[in-house]
Amino acid sequence: MEPVEKIFETRELNVNMGPQHPATHGVLRLVLDIDGETIVKVTPYIGYLHRGIEKLGESLSYFQALPLTDRMDYVSAMSNNIGYCVAVERLFGIEAPERAKFIRTIVGEMSRISNHLLWLATHALDIGAMTVFLYCFREREWILELFEMICGARLTVTYPRIGGVRNDISQQFLESLWKFTEEFPTRIPEYETLIDQNRIWLKRTKGIGVISAEEAINWGLTGPTLRGSGVPYDIRKHMPYDAYDKVDFEVPLGTEGDTYDRYRCRMMEMRQSNNIIRQCIEKLPPGPVMADAPKFTLHPKDAMFPITHPTKEHAFYIDEKVCKGCGMCLRACPAKAITGVKKEPHKINQELCLSCANCLAVCKFKGLKIVPGGKGLSEDKLKELAAAPLPEEITKASVHLVEHFTFVKRGARAPEGELYVATEVPKGELGFYFVSDGSGKPYRMRVRAPSFVHAGVLPRLCVGHLVADVIANIGTIDIVLGECDR
Amino acid sequence: MAVVLTRISIPFKGLSPTEIAEKVKERFPEEVVEVTDFRDQVSVIVKRGKILNICRYLHDDPSLFFAHLQDLCGADYHGKKDPRFEVVYNLYSIINHHQIRIRAQVPDNDPSIQSVTSIWAGANWHERECYDMFGIVFKGHPDHRRILLPEDWEGHPLRKDYPLKGPELDKDWHGFVEVLNRSKELKEFEWEG
Amino acid sequence: MLIDTSTIGLVEVEEGTKILPPNIIITSLDKIVNWSRLSSIWPTTFGLACCAIEMMAAGAAHYDFDRFGIIFRGSPRQSDCMIVAGTVTKKMAPVIRRVYDQIPEPRYVVAMGSCACTGGIFRTYSTVQGCDTFLPVDVFVPGCPPRPEALMEGMMKLQEKIRKEQARWSPWR
Repeated sequence: MEPVEKIFETRELNVNMGPQHPATHGVLRLVLDIDGETIVKVTPYIGYLHRGIEKLGESLSYFQALPLTDRMDYVSAMSNNIGYCVAVERLFGIEAPERAKFIRTIVGEMSRISNHLLWLATHALDIGAMTVFLYCFREREWILELFEMICGARLTVTYPRIGGVRNDISQQFLESLWKFTEEFPTRIPEYETLIDQNRIWLKRTKGIGVISAEEAINWGLTGPTLRGSGVPYDIRKHMPYDAYDKVDFEVPLGTEGDTYDRYRCRMMEMRQSNNIIRQCIEKLPPGPVMADAPKFTLHPKDAMFPITHPTKEHAFYIDEKVCKGCGMCLRACPAKAITGVKKEPHKINQELCLSCANCLAVCKFKGLKIVPGGKGLSEDKLKELAAAPLPEEITKASVHLVEHFTFVKRGARAPEGELYVATEVPKGELGFYFVSDGSGKPYRMRVRAPSFVHAGVLPRLCVGHLVADVIANIGTIDIVLGECDR
Repeated sequence: MAVVLTRISIPFKGLSPTEIAEKVKERFPEEVVEVTDFRDQVSVIVKRGKILNICRYLHDDPSLFFAHLQDLCGADYHGKKDPRFEVVYNLYSIINHHQIRIRAQVPDNDPSIQSVTSIWAGANWHERECYDMFGIVFKGHPDHRRILLPEDWEGHPLRKDYPLKGPELDKDWHGFVEVLNRSKELKEFEWEG
Repeated sequence: MLIDTSTIGLVEVEEGTKILPPNIIITSLDKIVNWSRLSSIWPTTFGLACCAIEMMAAGAAHYDFDRFGIIFRGSPRQSDCMIVAGTVTKKMAPVIRRVYDQIPEPRYVVAMGSCACTGGIFRTYSTVQGCDTFLPVDVFVPGCPPRPEALMEGMMKLQEKIRKEQARWSPWR
């Protein structure tokens, strides 16, 4: 009998796993060249979610660019924020206080657990185990509820800020979190009993996507994807930041370098994260949560409360004798309540005035007077009261208001230089490379995303395997396209 | 047990960044233009001619052993300095625990540099992105085409003279303009309600 | 057997629907068709970015979508709704339009999230400022990302819209 290839003409088939696909974790396009069922070549096409974050970051100040980092790796938004804040803090030369560092470690590890839960949910769903998806989302909802308790947002949080965190955590949150850390180790075996010794799972993950340690380093892999091959590279140990040098934890390392080992690494990392959170809660020191560096951080808003949140609304009045008619308040007023010609004293229309104090913040000549509690009084009464001296808290609050306004408008001035800082996010190594030219905006903001590098290794992992293993490989390298494309 | 738990301990810290910069300067004295230091991180600014030799030296030398290419990116200093572009290599050694940064200068009139994919395979996609965003050509790259933007996009966005909001609608990418025209044509078949 | 409605008592349960006890319902074809469509909206999974995670959370056990009859289908040919969840980029726009064209009539589009509604915080060279520039959108659900409850309200608004439709079942339009 002649071999089949001589009787029938065979050729390679070109299959497109398009950007819209239930199993590609976002908008990833793969073109597979297959010979029968075996893969000969895989060409990934990315860029379907390229939003231009790096270019956008160059036109925003360091504070304004912080919410952009949430949306990159949207599965673990806290870790991205922490990476960005650590990098910018090092650039500015400031340091977050101890309590803020411990809080950031806590939320960083919570986001690591939530990332690994989502990874397990989608990885198992792709391979076929649908119950794991629902179980993992049950735990993830608990963590998202805890995030909401701290800062009000579930997914795109922007809670870690440059210089610390946004607000302090309450005792109620710590108690709920402690309860979570006590129950979570009993839930992990629930997932493991479903898949760990399952024949189908073992068949689909053992020996798939094998990569040796030297090759993995050469391809630039980091995080659990690299540690599954046995390389002891964890930035929390190599270049510790936040409170990681004050807690005791172990790092799981694999031996075979296949999908199963990477899965086991991530399951063990979840347990270690639980451990870290417990230690941080026990060791949490009291103190402020924002660094005391007025040139680089936002001033606390309570200092301005006498003006912005008064018990009785203030009225604002322009003193004709002092007003030079420069027009700054006219431009700053959001309600268009100020009228006046250039070089002539301006006037505020009391009916339209919102008492937002924008005009007070921009007036350079101190021509704007507050009449405390004077909303609704007549013009003449206001003129009379405006001449009276102000209480001390109002004068102090107005100084803070002006400082806050100029700071938000201009941004913190960073020193000139360049910096590369890497942190360990759940997916790998997130690096920020800043080039600063001395102004309030980054001259070059480069994000080294782990998903970008991992998606590049996909052609090397899939060659020689079957089509169904492509799905397992996409799951094991743990990519999220928002970070990959930026 | 396939996976073991370890307490990674860092027994020693490798060479300091300034010492590494000195070594590079010793080995390639004519290539090094400048050595800068900011917040304990040292950059070695080099000319682009022998970048492959420099990288190979950093990768292979046993006292340096920079096996991990953390990041490869470009930077555009349009109007600030000449040469206009720079390709920045951030390197880390996992065994020796030390770090260095190499910045290779690339001029505007001939924006090309040798590709380092033969040393670090992970540089493949980084270089493609650098070409996509800045227009720097990497000689010897196995798969030189755009990665993040559509293949026939015109312009290189991260250059300083490219507008943030992008080109006007009539000069926009043809694929998007086609979609808009097609949706206008098919509008008559939509349900009016 | 003819029914003489003048002598038999018809119970009007809601406007336009009468019941002849025990099991004869007299109503308009619009109502029946609309009711059956809104009770089983099957969307295509079209998660692009962060909003996809909240869509998945809305479909998971905590905020169940299945109780509304909403089951996510993989192929556009088998679905009747498309939830555009996430940022729409220019490279992705032809793909989205092609998937939309593949959905058979009657079809609806829900733009979920600020990026799909208006481009969101990304006013850059590669982001489309709203998917309604090339798609006919029925419901806009703003938020960054909208909570699962917000998405559920969006779907319920879509159900309201479907309930009010008239003669969408007729072969001539």
